[in-house]
Amino acid sequence: MSTRRLAPDAVQPASFAFSPENAEWVKTQIAKFPEGRQASAVIPLLWRAQEQEGWVTKASIETIAQTLDMPNIRVLEVATFYFMFQLAPTGENAHVQVCGTTPCMLCGAESMVAVCEKLIGPAHTVSADGKLSWEEVECLGACANAPMAQIDSWVKGGFHSDYYEDLSEAGFEKVIEAFRAGEYPKPGSEKGRFASEPLGHQTALMGDHTEGVNASVAAALAEDAA
Amino acid sequence: MSFDFLTDENRIFTNLYGQKDRSLAGVKARGHWDGTGDILGKGRDWIVQEMKDSGLRGRGGAGFPTGLKWSFMPKESDGRPHYLVVNADESEPGTCKDREIMRHDPHTLIEGCLIASFAMGAHACYIYIRGEYVREREALQRAIDEAYEDGLIGKNACGSGWDFDCYLSHGAGAYICGEETALIESLEGKKGMPRLKPPFPANVGLYGCPSTVNNVESIAVVPTILRRGAGWFAGFGRERNVGTKVFAISGHVERPCVVEEAMSIPFRELVDRHCGGIKGGWDHLKAVIPGGSSVRCLRAEQCEDVLMDFDALSALKSGLGTAAVIVMDDSTDVIKAIWRLSKFYKHESCGQCTPCREGTGWMMRVMDRMVEGNAAIEEIDMLEEVTRQVEGHTICALGDAAAWPIQGLIANFRGELEERIKAKQVGRVSAVAAE
Ligand SMILES: Cc1cc2nc3c(=O)[nH]c(=O)nc-3n(C[C@H](O)[C@H](O)[C@H](O)COP(=O)(O)O)c2cc1C
Ligand code: SF4
Ligand code: FES
Repeated sequence: MSTRRLAPDAVQPASFAFSPENAEWVKTQIAKFPEGRQASAVIPLLWRAQEQEGWVTKASIETIAQTLDMPNIRVLEVATFYFMFQLAPTGENAHVQVCGTTPCMLCGAESMVAVCEKLIGPAHTVSADGKLSWEEVECLGACANAPMAQIDSWVKGGFHSDYYEDLSEAGFEKVIEAFRAGEYPKPGSEKGRFASEPLGHQTALMGDHTEGVNASVAAALAEDAA
Repeated sequence: MSFDFLTDENRIFTNLYGQKDRSLAGVKARGHWDGTGDILGKGRDWIVQEMKDSGLRGRGGAGFPTGLKWSFMPKESDGRPHYLVVNADESEPGTCKDREIMRHDPHTLIEGCLIASFAMGAHACYIYIRGEYVREREALQRAIDEAYEDGLIGKNACGSGWDFDCYLSHGAGAYICGEETALIESLEGKKGMPRLKPPFPANVGLYGCPSTVNNVESIAVVPTILRRGAGWFAGFGRERNVGTKVFAISGHVERPCVVEEAMSIPFRELVDRHCGGIKGGWDHLKAVIPGGSSVRCLRAEQCEDVLMDFDALSALKSGLGTAAVIVMDDSTDVIKAIWRLSKFYKHESCGQCTPCREGTGWMMRVMDRMVEGNAAIEEIDMLEEVTRQVEGHTICALGDAAAWPIQGLIANFRGELEERIKAKQVGRVSAVAAE
């Protein structure tokens, strides 16, 4: 358990409103749940607010409480309980989340942490140029592609998030510097693995490939084309 | 020893790696969504009985028989709706199997949701996916939309006369939300704090209604089991440990991977066949955590001919868990590897019960010192004693999960713990401790 608090008032914006598209989207989320159970949408709504603003502001918590007819304190509790909610501003271009849990640690996660310290600075602080921030997170569920990092970014316009896998130190440095420069490097395996098959010696599901890249990479590339 | 490796013809997840056509047409060409309406036509009782006969045990970690679990749902509704809740929170360190199902073979899951919901009298299913799986969420939502458009789900799903809605929601980074009652709390819009049981979800679950929580893999294997027959599925593995199973192998193997194999595959065959062996060769193996971070580790010699199934691993006081196999070679500082798990559990404890909230912090701080050798020999027993005080004394199994890795370390590597402490005491850092 760790205690998480909202950012000081000095950095809190005065107000929050969902963009018109997001406001429409909010209705579709509430519609997923039975009547009177609209509180169920609180996590998706907070997440969308973070995608829009870069972090979860006090004003967004209050607006969402109103939208869902919940007491402010209930929404505040949710915002502080779940670790993906950033309660203070992060890097303008990207926020890097390095997995540090044992399977990744066995495969070199500590070197990846060192790369972040070198290129970005201390964890949970924004780099001197304002572009980047980072933190160590717990297992991201991609352990067969360790070490890895999830990078949340706004450089493409709007929020995007991808997994960078099978990382080497040099490769990871390049990825981070690309985000600093406002580029969006191709996600997926640095070693050129398709997904989670054994590298270079596939032992199952043989046969012709029809897809060019795995589903996650395809989603990222489709956005670039759009 | 010759083991009958699973062949592609017998793999349920025909596109686990996503290299084949992912469109609905491609999915159907591989045999999914075939005769789903006819399966529903055989009725609830037939489906539940067939699932019982198949011997499927839950793939979320605890291994509870799936058919039996479904039979706990009320036969008739008392006016409250029934729900299927799919646990797609996949956050157990080492576990990365459901991810591949959801992004590359999502229709297996959605077809399973329809059949399982029907079998439990549920017209609605909620899939709760971990927040970090952003791309997986997109892939899954796309598949749900495709299924609606094709009439496979929605009103009169597959022409069966059964109305069925499938909704996708998500978390935001909290391991504890994988615990089934914490997941329900989270889905209701609250902090993910586990509930006291009883009442069990089958009586009072989501929104106070009868609910069943199942793992992604448990549900995604259902359609193929029903199409090919309980006997087919039960033909793999050993008695009580049957079926095919998606394994995830990480750490010090030549080629880490996710692969569907027959249950009860010997550890050594699994690693040699699919992972190119232990890094540097079998003799370099030091320890294995065979079932995700929450089980006790094994020493290399215990892995020599151990079978990867529920009973074989629990006989060694470990467990199959989520079949997330974490391999450590002899370059590993095993004390530090377990310390990192202690850090994980301390971070993820929801804090509502004292033994867990205080215990996870206490255990981590002692482990901090064990890594450095900065402890007294007697503290090893004290640490063990504290893990016993946490184990079994908490609301949910996270307390046990935090205790077991440390118990495994002490049981299997006490010598290493002692050596490090002694080395520190004489001011000499041994080669291992220098890491
Ligand atoms: C701390 C904790 C975390 C868990 N995380 C998961 C998880 O991420 N995914 C999962 O399917 N089950 C998880 N479980 C197990 C669930 O509580 C539940 O047993 C499971 O979803 C039941 O599905 P099954 O019967 O299909 O295995 C977790 C349990 C605990 C105690
Ligand atoms: S055991 Fe830990 S995680 Fe589970 S309810 Fe108690 S404090 Fe929360
Ligand atoms: S330990 Fe890093 S992804 Fe699982």
